[in-house]
Formats: sequence, structure tokens, C-alpha cells
Amino acid sequence: MTFAIHAEGLTKRFGDNQALAGVDLAAREGTVLGLLGPNGAGKTTAVRILATLLAADSGQATVAGFDVRTDPRRVREHIGLTGQYASVDDDLTGTQNLVMIGQLLDLRGVEARRRARELLEWFDLTEAADRMAKTYSGGMRRRLDLAASLVGRPAVIFLDEPTTGLDPSKREDMWGVIRNLVADGSTVLLTTQYLAEADALADEITVIDRGRVIAGGPPDQLKRVLGGQRLSVRPADLGQRDELRRLLAVIGHGEPAEEGRDGLTVSVEGDDVLPDVVAALRSAGIRVTELSLHLPSLDEVFFSLTGRSEAAHQSTDRTTEKEPVA
Amino acid sequence: MTLTTTAPAELSVSAPTTAEGDRPTGPRALRHVLVLARRNLIKTIRTPEQFIDVTLQPVTFLLLFAYVFGGAISGGSRHQYLEFLLPGMLGQSVALGSIALGQNLKADIEKGVFDRFRSLPIARSAPLVAAVIADFARYLLLCVILVGFGYVMGFRIATDPLSLIAALALSIAFALCFCWISVFVGMKARTSGSVQGIMFLLVLPLSFGSSTFVETSTMPGWLQAFVKVNPISHLVGAVRGLMLGGPVGSNLAWTFAWMAALLVVFVPLALRGYARHA
Repeated sequence: MTFAIHAEGLTKRFGDNQALAGVDLAAREGTVLGLLGPNGAGKTTAVRILATLLAADSGQATVAGFDVRTDPRRVREHIGLTGQYASVDDDLTGTQNLVMIGQLLDLRGVEARRRARELLEWFDLTEAADRMAKTYSGGMRRRLDLAASLVGRPAVIFLDEPTTGLDPSKREDMWGVIRNLVADGSTVLLTTQYLAEADALADEITVIDRGRVIAGGPPDQLKRVLGGQRLSVRPADLGQRDELRRLLAVIGHGEPAEEGRDGLTVSVEGDDVLPDVVAALRSAGIRVTELSLHLPSLDEVFFSLTGRSEAAHQSTDRTTEKEPVA
Repeated sequence: MTLTTTAPAELSVSAPTTAEGDRPTGPRALRHVLVLARRNLIKTIRTPEQFIDVTLQPVTFLLLFAYVFGGAISGGSRHQYLEFLLPGMLGQSVALGSIALGQNLKADIEKGVFDRFRSLPIARSAPLVAAVIADFARYLLLCVILVGFGYVMGFRIATDPLSLIAALALSIAFALCFCWISVFVGMKARTSGSVQGIMFLLVLPLSFGSSTFVETSTMPGWLQAFVKVNPISHLVGAVRGLMLGGPVGSNLAWTFAWMAALLVVFVPLALRGYARHA
């Protein structure tokens, strides 16, 4: 198996802060690896090391087959980087931004301009091509930023929280772009705090927290490993709710939890549990308006892994992941 | 939205790879520097307030010193003081003008633009060298404005036009060496605002503790000792010699020595600071 990104035992310390404490990552060619974790987990640090912007204290990593420590220049020939904050040049127009990157990648003037035009068109920025980037909306800046990282047709693309701060419809657009990149053969490392985003895009997910990998695998497997499936039931008659609760406690694992206004949910094992549930409900005479079996959401997975709810992370200080400047 | 269409398939410009695979050298590295220098020039031209420190500011200084202090300092002859002051102002102005460079570099780093440059297969020094080269245009403007305005006020060179050009070239060359201090501070300071604070602390004593505004002989002995080793004094001495006549040799030699020393010390320091920048 060929890995486009492969890292073993990466560590990095900033002063008293152990940003990475031995992280392993692997992404097969032509797939999306989702790097998921709360703010301050070390996601950005890991990306910066893989993109040769930062040297790890220990551990080793290869990107596109080249060692980031001994062969950084080769690595840079094969990567595209889109940072957490759009790193386009405000005082340059969209075209100037992209042509400049093309020229720095040794495209001839004509080629660089043609490539810029293609990318602007692809990202729906043709009309804004000759406007300074400072006049762009947040979504347009993100698109220009992503376009800038694609000028050299990189084999490996690092997207560090590409949709943070975008509204939901713009986020879906960005997802479409990322899917297309992968369809064209690129490998993508995507960091995100949005579980739905990792779920929607990633072939493999690595969850990190406080500089350590705490779980990894394909999204479905990750969900299954963590507590099997969830059974959700809503009684037709609220008076039967306590009776339903006792019944679910017998069928499932652990205490049934409240769900929504008057539903109950419990984790169950096995794909063939549903007929038994139906039979048990019938013999107990409990009528239900809703009955479903599904894998837990990544939110629930994340909660059970870290013991903290993602909602709580969202409100934590965004600066915690920023690396102190030397 | 056309975002969901796939990339056009006929694009087959292959990803650029260096034949030698190692660091970009010679013409390639030079081309990268020129591309980046052009970017800096575009940015400067689009933000005209970036020119204040090389246009209005030195002119204001010239007016203030010539008309407010000139009479008192020279003991009456304002014209004589202007002849003395203007060549000196060149040294002070290029030192002050260099502050913006470090500030702008720091701002670029804060915005993440340099992360993109660092992720490209170009020489790490290219963005810094490019910024310094683009600053050349600002210093040239500074020289033209200062001398032009001085002429309006009555300043006349006592030598020939060639010497004037040599004096301006020397000032600009000195500026391109001196500004590496600003680049270095830009790499080390925590914010672009603090670059300005730090550089002012350095530039003000250097420019006022020199032979720019008054004759060295009027100062106390300990200060004279400082003024005599101050690179700005040597630059000002050489520029005065070239514009007004008189001996140039020793000041010129010292100026060149200082320029070399500034480059030898601050270029590697700045590059190291840049490479380490997380």
C-alpha cells in the first residue's frame, strides 16, 4: 500500500506546552484523511510539520514519498497548503495572486496567466478576477486561497480548517471542491473541528486530543467501535414512558438516555436486534410513533472519547492552538 | 455555482520540478526574487500612505529644523545651516525609512502570506531579499523629494552633478544595508506595532547622536566619542563631502566598512529568525 502521507511518533513542544506527544498518521494515495480534534489538540502543529513549515522535535514523516526533514524542498514541490486563515495577498487582485504563485512555481508568464484564469473560473471568481482580494467576501477569500494552493497541481493538499467561519451553504460548496480534488487523484489531509465535515469527506479519521491520537479508522468503523448502534424510540402514549424505559434497559446496554422532547435512546449490539425490539414492544403493549436504529453521530463518538462535549470546545478560546512565536 | 464541476481535464502542465532537485540557484532564484519584489512594489503603490515616511516626513523634518532651529543653531545664517542640514537629513531619513520594512514583513507573517511562500519550492531567503530590493524604490523617491525640496528652499550643491548622484547612490546603498536591522527586528518582534517601537529606540539616538543636525565639536566629550563611531555620522560626512566639496576618503571608507558589517551581522540573523518563525 502506498501512503501519500505517513508520520510516526511526531512530537513537538512549545515551551511548557507539549503540542504533539507522539502522533502517527497515514493517508493512502487518493483519499481524504480527516484530522479531528478540539482547539489546541495539535492539528495545526501536525499540518505545519508535514508541510515543512516547522521541524518536529522527534519522529519522522514522509509526504509524497519524501522525508520532510531531509528533503523538504522535494516535499514542497508536491504539496499545496491552505492555512487556517486565508493567506492571500489583500492588496493584489485575484489574478495577480494566482499568477504570482505560478511564477514562483516556474511557470512561464503565459502559462501562469492561463492557469490563473482556469482556477478563477473553476472557483467562480472570474468576475472578481481584477478586484483586490481585500474586497472579497469571506467565502471568496477561502476559494481564492484554495485556488492558490492548487496552482502547481499538488499531489498532496493540506487543508487546515478550510470551512471554519463559512456559512453552511458555502461549506457544502467547499466540500464539493474537496471531493473533486480527490476524484482527480489528489490526497487530502483535512483538519476540522466539525464532526459532520469529517463524516462527510474523510475516508479515514484520526482523532487527536492534547497532542495524542485517541482513535482512528473509517468513520463507520469509528462509530461502531464506540458503542455499536443506537436504538431510538418515541412512545405514542407518554404514560408508558417509564415502562418503555425499563424495557429498553433490558434490551440495550446501560441506562437509556433522553432524546428530544419525549424520546428515549439506548445503545444496542448486532444488526438483527430490531425484530426482537418490535416483538418485545408488542408483548408489553407499548405503542410507538417512532422507532429507529442508527450508528451514533460523530458528536456522540467524540463525547465518549474525550469526555467533553464538542459544544463546549467551540466556546473555548480560539487562541489556544496558536503557537507561541519564538 | 460552478464549484461542483470537475477541473478541466485538458490541463496537463506538469507540476514543476527542479531538474537538480536541490536549492533553486542562479537565474531561477533571481527570477523568484524579482517576482516577489514586484509584489511588494504593487502593494506599496496601492497604499500611498506607505510613502509618508519617505516623502512628507523628511520634508517636515527639513522645514522644522531649517526654520525653527536653524537660526539658533547656525547663529543667524539660515542658508548656511540648510547647506549643512540637507546632506545630513539624507542619513537620518533613510534610517527612519527602513522602519517600515520590518513592520511590513512582520504584518505579512502575521497574515499567513509567508506561510504560503514557505510551502513553495523557492529559496527561503527570497521573500526577504525581495522586500529589501523593493524598498529601493522608496529610498530613491526619498532622495529625489528631499533634494528637490531642498533646492526650492535654496540649497545648492557646491560640487558637480556626478558627485550629487554618487552621494545619493551612497545613501541608498547604505539604506539597503541598514534596513536588514529592521528585517531582523521584524523577524523577532511579537507584533508589527512593536517593530516600530523597537526601531525608533534604535534609530533616534543614531540619527540625533550624529553629525546630522549640529557640529560634533559642540557636544560633550563622551557624546563625541559615540558620534565619531556612529555609522550615520560617517555616511553624513561622506555625503557632505560629495555635495559640498571637501575630503571624503576616510568617511567613505568607514561607511563601506559599516555597510559590510551590517550585512555580515544582520543578514544571517534575519534569515535565521525567518527560518525559525513558526
